[in-house]
Amino acid sequence: MSKILLHGTEAICEGAIRNGCRAFFGYPITPQNEVPEYMSVYMPKVGGVFVQAESEVAAINMVYGAGGAGVRAMTSSSSPGVSLKQEGISYIACARIPCVVVNIMRAGPGLGGILPAQGDYFQATKGGGHGDYHLIVLAPSSVQEACDFTYRAFDLSDKYRVPAMILADGMIGQLMEPVELPPMRPLSDIPKKDWATDGGYGEDRRVLNSLIIKPEELEPHVNELKKTYDLIAENEKLCEKYMTEDAEIILTAYGTVARICKSAANILRKQGIRAGVIRPITLYPFPSEAFSEAAETAEAFLSVELSLGQMIEDVRLAVNGKKPVYFYGRTGGNVMDEEEVVKAAKNALLKVRAGE
Amino acid sequence: MAKVFTKTKMLTDVHMHYCPGCTHGIVHRLVAESIEELGLQDKAIGIAPVGCAVFAYDYFNCDMQEAAHGRAPAVATGIKRCLPDRLVFVYQGDGDLASIGMAETVHAAARGEHITIIFINNSIYGMTGGQMAPTTLIGQKATTCQNGRDPAVNGYPIRVCELLATLDAPYYIERVSTQDVKHVLAAKKAIKKALRFQAEGRGYSFVEVLVSCPTNWHMKPVEALRFMAEETSRTFPLGVFRDKSEGREEK
Amino acid sequence: MIKILLAGQGGQGVLSAGKILAECGLKEGKEVSYLPAYGPEMRGGTANCSVIISEEPIASPLCNEPDVLIAMNGPSFHKFTPRVKKGGIVIVNGSMSDCYAGRDDITVYDVAANDIAMEAGDIRSANNVIMGVLVAVTKAVKDKSVIGCLNEKFIGKPALMEINERAFRMGKEAVISD
Repeated sequence: MSKILLHGTEAICEGAIRNGCRAFFGYPITPQNEVPEYMSVYMPKVGGVFVQAESEVAAINMVYGAGGAGVRAMTSSSSPGVSLKQEGISYIACARIPCVVVNIMRAGPGLGGILPAQGDYFQATKGGGHGDYHLIVLAPSSVQEACDFTYRAFDLSDKYRVPAMILADGMIGQLMEPVELPPMRPLSDIPKKDWATDGGYGEDRRVLNSLIIKPEELEPHVNELKKTYDLIAENEKLCEKYMTEDAEIILTAYGTVARICKSAANILRKQGIRAGVIRPITLYPFPSEAFSEAAETAEAFLSVELSLGQMIEDVRLAVNGKKPVYFYGRTGGNVMDEEEVVKAAKNALLKVRAGE
Repeated sequence: MAKVFTKTKMLTDVHMHYCPGCTHGIVHRLVAESIEELGLQDKAIGIAPVGCAVFAYDYFNCDMQEAAHGRAPAVATGIKRCLPDRLVFVYQGDGDLASIGMAETVHAAARGEHITIIFINNSIYGMTGGQMAPTTLIGQKATTCQNGRDPAVNGYPIRVCELLATLDAPYYIERVSTQDVKHVLAAKKAIKKALRFQAEGRGYSFVEVLVSCPTNWHMKPVEALRFMAEETSRTFPLGVFRDKSEGREEK
Repeated sequence: MIKILLAGQGGQGVLSAGKILAECGLKEGKEVSYLPAYGPEMRGGTANCSVIISEEPIASPLCNEPDVLIAMNGPSFHKFTPRVKKGGIVIVNGSMSDCYAGRDDITVYDVAANDIAMEAGDIRSANNVIMGVLVAVTKAVKDKSVIGCLNEKFIGKPALMEINERAFRMGKEAVISD
């Protein structure tokens, strides 16, 4: 199949539609408006449901209803809107309703700005809402991945009955690149859900619920969640390694920033510095092993983020004190260029060699 | 011995947790009987709220989803849009529906979602212990307005039927009461009609049911029923506010 | 690999020219990326986008140091010219800008795109004039790709198709004859 030029937001929608997403609920917020706009046109064409909700809060609860009814459902938003969804996401996580939430991150905190950022890493990977839970978090760094990961997110979410999130910065949303679209998956090919509340009575009735008021029932329920998260960690961790084998310094970043790091690594190599890049693809579960392995050979790590330093905490846990982990970040919607990363990497090496 | 009463099979055998004298249980039965009488039990999906009726998913003998506080109409929208041939009913109290969930309430109605909402108005937050509700009457005492609701401080009660009747989409809106047998029978008629309208694909239907709360009103059950008849229904007059099947747009 | 930054004011067809360039690259089997600057600037202010066309997979999609700048008006010319890579190229719409770059390590092509577009039949085709210049001086993409993409975009509007192609060719000739 030939490639076509698509926006990141369109690629996300196509990835969803082609893997059986038949319900989309959203609310306008920049920079992800192209997602609900696209869905409003294409959902009806595949016999799916599109509702522009009255709020992000309503949208995520419509996802709860639709996902609970057994339909592959999605919502998308950007940072402040995703904060509003957290209540619903926590309920969805507890009721174990599969769904996909897309966050095209903008700069915060607060209303912040509308330009790209990665300040929602903590929120996405550590839970986000109240209670003990996690999402499966996938971070695309190209338009092709925006499509492929959204497609994949539905399968993962169904398989584990854990909600999945596509965590992308504003650049991924706006970027246009060639994409090879996966074929349209027939709905008959998607495994049936024997737990869905799709109309039933008496002994066959099903209940989806996040209220488990007896402590002797709630504890086993959350322990079961934990088991599922462990299983996901065992099976689903993904990362990309770029020139890491002989690297003196490992740059690490996710999303678009990882591409900037790759360019920076290329420049560093030309200047005689052996740089490599580790790009976590699943942010939860975090691909820790790649870091602990690299810590055997590399001298230092540099976490590069559009934040004040969030993923660096997971990097440090993974490196576990074996080697120093430095940070370079930009915020406010500003995006670093390759040269800034090159400079930061050189500084990091100077520091580690000076024993700092 | 002759059998004079059979419990509807649309209710489970779980022992209900409602306080003595509370009329929630009656409304559960009315909803359950109506669904059974309409023969819709196999298509029914219910949404339970947060509040006194939070355990409704244990009582209705059909597929149920438990929604977050106030979000039941959004959850119902998600289900009904995906499964348009099912009977989707929502059971909510006044705090859930008219306070934290007012946006979802108004917008589901404005969109004309083909769902049925049973709105329990007892003019108080029951589950949490008697705090002021959006429907608490002027002068009525609650734990967060201990000298009685004062409009200057607490504003006025919200009349949801009247408010929703300003919208174009709703097909059927009625307010009924559980103050005595006669009114309970009328309530049953309204609830059944609302569910039937949904099943016939006519549109959004909404029934507000006045319910007593002897515990938090600090009254004996009979006294509470009298209060409902004399006081509650004065602020919240009973009647049909919209019935498009009779061409009635406004009361 | 060629990194092109296209800038101008809203309505000058900067973003659509960028998309067409990316489409052309794709048609020619190359790797491409197109990144529009978004923000409040989308509404009536300046518009710009970055296009990269490459034989290799594209790492960073940013063009902080473009090989080529296309500046459709004065503010864009002055804002972005300092960023152009040493030895790079600036194509400036002389109808809406001066051409004083303030540096001598780049080549500036000054083309009165609005005037040429009017001559071609429609001032809105100024972006196509500039595309003609770009193709003539960089060979970033092929003529037939551009014409093909423009024709696909304006399918069913033969009058516009004709004007676009004329504008594109006149742009090419404007620099070749220099």
